[in-house]
Amino acid sequence: MDWALLAESAVNGGLVGLMYSLVAMGIVLIYKSSSVPNLAQGAMTMLGAYVVLAFANNAKAPIWLAIILAIVTMFGVGMAIERVALRRLAGRPIIMILMMTLGLEILLRAGSMTIWGGTGRPMPIGISDDPLFLGPLLINRTYAVGAAVAVAMFALFVLFFRTRMGVVLRAISDDYTAAWSVGISVERGVALSWAMSAVVATIAGVLWASVQGVDQSLAQLLLKGVTVAVLGGLDSIGGALLAGILLGIVEGVAASFLDPLLGGASRDLVDAAMLILTIMVRPHGLFGRHDIERI
Amino acid sequence: MLFRQAGIFHTNYAADRALFPISADRWMIGILLLCALAAPLLVNSLYVSSYLLPWLVWTAGALGLNLILGWAGQFHLGYAAVMGIGAYATVHATRAGIPWEIAIVLGGATASIIGIGFAFAALRVKGLYLALSTLALQFVMDWVISHVPAISGGTQATLQAPDIRLLGWPVTSDAGLYYVALIWCVMVTSFMLNLRRTALGRALIAVREKDFAAAVIGVNSFYFKLVAFSTSSFIGGVTGAILIGTFYHAVTPEQFSVDVSIQALAMVIVGGLGSIIGSYFGAAFILLMPGAMNTFISWAATQFGFSFSIETLAHLPQALYGALIIAFLLIEPLGLGKIYSNIRDYLLVWPFGYVKK
Repeated sequence: MDWALLAESAVNGGLVGLMYSLVAMGIVLIYKSSSVPNLAQGAMTMLGAYVVLAFANNAKAPIWLAIILAIVTMFGVGMAIERVALRRLAGRPIIMILMMTLGLEILLRAGSMTIWGGTGRPMPIGISDDPLFLGPLLINRTYAVGAAVAVAMFALFVLFFRTRMGVVLRAISDDYTAAWSVGISVERGVALSWAMSAVVATIAGVLWASVQGVDQSLAQLLLKGVTVAVLGGLDSIGGALLAGILLGIVEGVAASFLDPLLGGASRDLVDAAMLILTIMVRPHGLFGRHDIERI
Repeated sequence: MLFRQAGIFHTNYAADRALFPISADRWMIGILLLCALAAPLLVNSLYVSSYLLPWLVWTAGALGLNLILGWAGQFHLGYAAVMGIGAYATVHATRAGIPWEIAIVLGGATASIIGIGFAFAALRVKGLYLALSTLALQFVMDWVISHVPAISGGTQATLQAPDIRLLGWPVTSDAGLYYVALIWCVMVTSFMLNLRRTALGRALIAVREKDFAAAVIGVNSFYFKLVAFSTSSFIGGVTGAILIGTFYHAVTPEQFSVDVSIQALAMVIVGGLGSIIGSYFGAAFILLMPGAMNTFISWAATQFGFSFSIETLAHLPQALYGALIIAFLLIEPLGLGKIYSNIRDYLLVWPFGYVKK
């Protein structure tokens, strides 16, 4: 057995996994505040990347300014999605809400391709392609930056949940009726969580786009995001971070062994298997609350 | 008007439990059935084979999904995978020389056995988690179908479906294929119509409303969830086989991808959960909409002097499709079936609107 290869795929897998958890954090934020499973998170990631490119290429803004402008825009987009589409569905059966997020997924994905076209484009954020040497291991520089950003986002959220607005969001996620009755505006809190998750999606979109380019395949991060979110417990942001590392390592190691056996593309299979296993064995995930309805 | 009712006055139980308690419904269904039978004579064969036939097949598929979603209240985001299993099993069986009539039953049975796999998820979790696990199973099935050469013949392969032979007679004409689809659709529809009059249908509805309340009144919810999943998978599998046999004539893994699952789900939601006529409307709406949208866009483009790039034209119908799903959920969450039944309720007692109260 080649230990260096194993270690390398584990380390790189862990870093990729942290980038998955950026997608998962958006799902968790929305689920925490409103119990809505957002199946449009992948499409929001893709839209965020396209908006950055639109500011950078069409408005000729430098890339850092384009990213900031895109974050502000996506903040508004997240608010708008909640206001127009989700608020009126509050209290409806979950099938309607799931279908709504699927409809949003189709609309955002096809809509951004209608406006900007579907051909793949690079996302130049100035990270060099040279590998980073860590002893004998070769580490992808973009993955390392992405992982650092994911950890930084997690730290930001930990700090945010200690501010006044963060306490409001925690109250809503604990019990929204009780939050309502003490005068917290639940609608505004939920809208804020959508906006924040759109911002996280934009950041995830930029990082993933610098790995694989800006095109439709960014929306397929949804499966990874959902797997990580469920594995970590749908209402735990720290869980999403750790589950991301776990899934990344399992996927990286498994893919390096299974790909030669199965002829490639075993990553999606590993994801789906992890998702099914999690739901069968421990549906509330690693760190989720235990009040999930089971039969 | 059509119905000429002034209230509901049944004098015996048999009249109340009739399949169509109102005679106008019987007449309308009879006339519709006659129109459906005469369609190949009345309508251009291009329309029959490219609109009516897929509509009927997809309606049968949507009804099967409606059984699990609208009647038993269980999520199924992997319906296309089940249809794919049926289709592949049937194609392989016919290629091995088994007569087509038996092969589709075999295909349905295979789909039903594997579909019970989805049910084991339903025995364990419900709601959102069931939705996610069926979605994951769809990905697993997709992967297995496209990556196992014994099933699909390789990742990029297309498997030619042998021509349909019914009782030894080859069915190749457009009208013949249309009648095959029509027979299947009528069979599924009459099964679903009668389902709500049977103990099975009532048990499924009890499970949908609250599974432990159903258990309290003596309905074994595990058993009925299994029955619902396997029945709906059987319908899905046979529908997949018929879709391949009558419409596509060849089978590839992409025909049963996750997008197709979402499309089937959209048919049920747009049509209305638990509504039979809604499934007809929903299937027609989802199938006809992209074509209608394309026509509308090109009409609008010439009318108002827009010019769209090719990429825009390629993706705009898809975006409008998403927007329509959202609009339906916001405006009429119970779907087209509810709109139909509102109109019907109004006409039922027209012009004596006061008898409703």
